[in-house]
Amino acid sequence: MTEHLPALQVVIALTAAPLVMLLNRLPRLAWGVTLAACWATLAIALLLLLQVSDGGEIRYEMGGWAPPWGIEYRVDGANAWVLLIIGLVSAVVMPFARRSVEQEIPADRLGLFYSAFLLANAGLLGIAITNDAFNIFVFFEISALASYALIAMGRDRRAVLSSYQYLIMGTIGTTFLLIGIGFLYIMTGTLNLSDLATRLEGVTDTRTIRAAFGFIAVGISLKLALFPLHLWLPNAYSYAPSMVTVFLSATATKVAIYVLLRFVYTVFGFEFSFVELSMAWVLMPLALLGIVIPSLVAVFQDDVKRLLAYSSVAQVGYMILGISLASALGLMASTVHLFNHAITKAALFMAVGCLVYRLGGVSLSRVAGAAERMPWTMAAFVVAGLSLIGVPLTAGFVTKWHLLQAALMDGFWPVAALLLATSLIAAIYIWKVVEAAYFRAPPDDAREVREAPLSLLVPTWTLTAMTIIFGVWAQLPISAARNAAEALLGAPQPW
Amino acid sequence: MTWLGLYNYWIVVVLMMAGFYIVIAQGNLVKKIIGLNIFQTSAFIFFISLAWREDGTAPIVLPGVTAYANPLPHVLILTAIVVGVALTAMGLALVVRIHEAYGSIEEDDIHQQDEER
Repeated sequence: MTEHLPALQVVIALTAAPLVMLLNRLPRLAWGVTLAACWATLAIALLLLLQVSDGGEIRYEMGGWAPPWGIEYRVDGANAWVLLIIGLVSAVVMPFARRSVEQEIPADRLGLFYSAFLLANAGLLGIAITNDAFNIFVFFEISALASYALIAMGRDRRAVLSSYQYLIMGTIGTTFLLIGIGFLYIMTGTLNLSDLATRLEGVTDTRTIRAAFGFIAVGISLKLALFPLHLWLPNAYSYAPSMVTVFLSATATKVAIYVLLRFVYTVFGFEFSFVELSMAWVLMPLALLGIVIPSLVAVFQDDVKRLLAYSSVAQVGYMILGISLASALGLMASTVHLFNHAITKAALFMAVGCLVYRLGGVSLSRVAGAAERMPWTMAAFVVAGLSLIGVPLTAGFVTKWHLLQAALMDGFWPVAALLLATSLIAAIYIWKVVEAAYFRAPPDDAREVREAPLSLLVPTWTLTAMTIIFGVWAQLPISAARNAAEALLGAPQPW
Repeated sequence: MTWLGLYNYWIVVVLMMAGFYIVIAQGNLVKKIIGLNIFQTSAFIFFISLAWREDGTAPIVLPGVTAYANPLPHVLILTAIVVGVALTAMGLALVVRIHEAYGSIEEDDIHQQDEER
């Protein structure tokens, strides 16, 4: 049984999806099956992470076909970490989903909604676990197609339009990836990532491989919303149903960052990407611009969901900044931020989901005075907000601390100063929401609202508590992130 | 004229740029989808072209034949075509929903309507 865990990681969600679709008329049962599938996914992800925590790797031959001919699944410290993030977020968001989704989605489409959610989930898990370049493309499209459907189910009519824009940009991104994979295949005759890495060694100094690198880097940058290719993200996150925003903001861009890391470090290799092509000098300016400009834009947003969406673009900037420092510590800061940002942003969007559930919308004027009537929701927002800013004793601080250290180690003083300055900008936009909710009087036509129901509050607080727990006892995520960085670098590091 | 030798790749480049241009320049949502299709098709032709091999025949075992075209890219592209069809269907379905909500499929028109609200 345990030797089939890598396959089950993807297959459970993938087979549950059509089953849930058939249960469309029994929405409660559909929800239950989805919940069970997500919890099973989390359990498998945990088992896989434990198995590779000593720096080993698991190889699984799909259908018994030996690589490089067959498709191979390969789990090491890096993708086990990403699988855990996806599993954790989906397992926590499902209990939250029941009431939130029932309110936002028409009753006759609940089964279809959960089915699309499972497909998006399976696609993301598949991207993370597979060791086959073409398989990555297919799983990208599976998760993307399901995400377009999920986003389009938002109540606002602009949801459909933003889903359409995401479809156009996402398809261009994945087609670029496909072209890049084609170039790699011409030169090597293989699609297996490990096999590619060994066969590329002799041919890297060709125009074809450089073109492949360019296509793959740009294609994935579109998917991970690297500034200035982020234009699809704010609209998609603002108008999607609450639960979809929670799930996608915590997982979709993280998985794309993992794919970038996998290609840059494992396939092309550090030497080729950073020394020969000086990738850092492209990534770092974009990362810095991507941190500063969306943070400033976020300050001027009136809609809380949109404000947090712009903050997500800035947070992607932090992760790319860590990669662009081209050091083991920078890479580790990025991988730990994958997790820390996932739980922080998911907690924030869940708190926003609670507000939407009771208030119907989250423009600042509607949120005004909400803290008095929804104290637990707003308290969660404040705690998770502190983690987003990077206040000590929260998960966000752990990341910023390592990122600062990595920047100072290489002598990037201005970068370190900028990191501190942008934390202040984050404090400003979080404060804007807190000020409205705690110190402003509710609007005259405000609905009588009560605290959000427990089924929404418990998942919200589960993640909020995690931002504190992993901020105080940071050893667990740090050792997992170190393990992930070592797996990507291919050698143990003197931390 | 050796640079014309591999003329397939020139066709790929032209199709790719034409499709990409349509996606960017057109304001009509259906035309954008058509542009996206042309763009994707260029990638498909690219893959099929790279399977070609001098004097190679179709990848079927025949007596006396030793050179075959590489069948793997063909199979990959079958998958990619299915993905492309699904994307087109999804895109067009979204356009139908947009038309229901806005009464228009011109981008400028739609943005204007959103700003007026």
